[in-house]
Amino acid sequence: MDIAFLITAAAILAGAAGAMAARSVVHCALCGVVAFASLAVAFLQLRAEFVGFAQLLVYVGAVAILIVVALLLTRNFEATHEALSFRPWALGLAIALLVSGAVVSAILGSGLGVGAPPSAPPPTVKAIGDLLMTRYVVALEAMGVLLTVALIGAALVALRENGPGRPAKPGEQGSVAGRLEE
Amino acid sequence: MGELARYLVLAALLFGIGLAGVLTRRNAIVVLIGIELMLNAANLNFIAFWRHGPHPEALTGVMFVLFAIAIAAAEAAVGLALVIAVYRHYRTTNLDQIEEMKG
Repeated sequence: MDIAFLITAAAILAGAAGAMAARSVVHCALCGVVAFASLAVAFLQLRAEFVGFAQLLVYVGAVAILIVVALLLTRNFEATHEALSFRPWALGLAIALLVSGAVVSAILGSGLGVGAPPSAPPPTVKAIGDLLMTRYVVALEAMGVLLTVALIGAALVALRENGPGRPAKPGEQGSVAGRLEE
Repeated sequence: MGELARYLVLAALLFGIGLAGVLTRRNAIVVLIGIELMLNAANLNFIAFWRHGPHPEALTGVMFVLFAIAIAAAEAAVGLALVIAVYRHYRTTNLDQIEEMKG
């Protein structure tokens, strides 16, 4: 086992454990960033450079910011002690241990991947772009539509219920749909 | 342990940590972070299997992970918008106190 893998694995697991175990929600978010960034390093080690950088951009760049903004908007900094506490944790921990233990024992018993990885050249961005524009073009277009719908949906859901932009009853004058039609 | 197996074990442990957090934490945002961790564990599996598979030049694992990352971003945006909407209504993000639809 090379040292780079051990360092990356330790960073991923420590970040994830911190994100799930920290008392303060802000610390949870920051530890999550550590885990996401170390996962990008693991992708780089597996020669999936494009995915590694996409992971950095999307998770460390976008998702982490989203989480922090959501923390700000929900004033979790002032959350009471009980809101941050754990549920009866023994059951959840036992289930998680059971699941990952079963998977790990299955992996170790399978004898998978004993040999060295095939020495294929790492994929170029050009090859990925070619595939996205040919074989996966329908999926790419569907992804664009999905992201647009998710963006609009998220904005609509997060609008104030009775504040500006959303009257009590949908369809009244001044509603979002009404304004879009005008 | 083989080169592939150690990444799979790492992904399984990461999934377990995320699952434990989702099952035990009460704060909705921390639960969302746990879900993202589990999604990332699945992505790590995809990349490890792609790297050690018989046809790495087909790039199927890379494509799947790229789409999964895009979907995870959309999911995080919608999920956090839901958390904000729920917070406006209940004035809390504690999942145990949001029980209006409890059967």
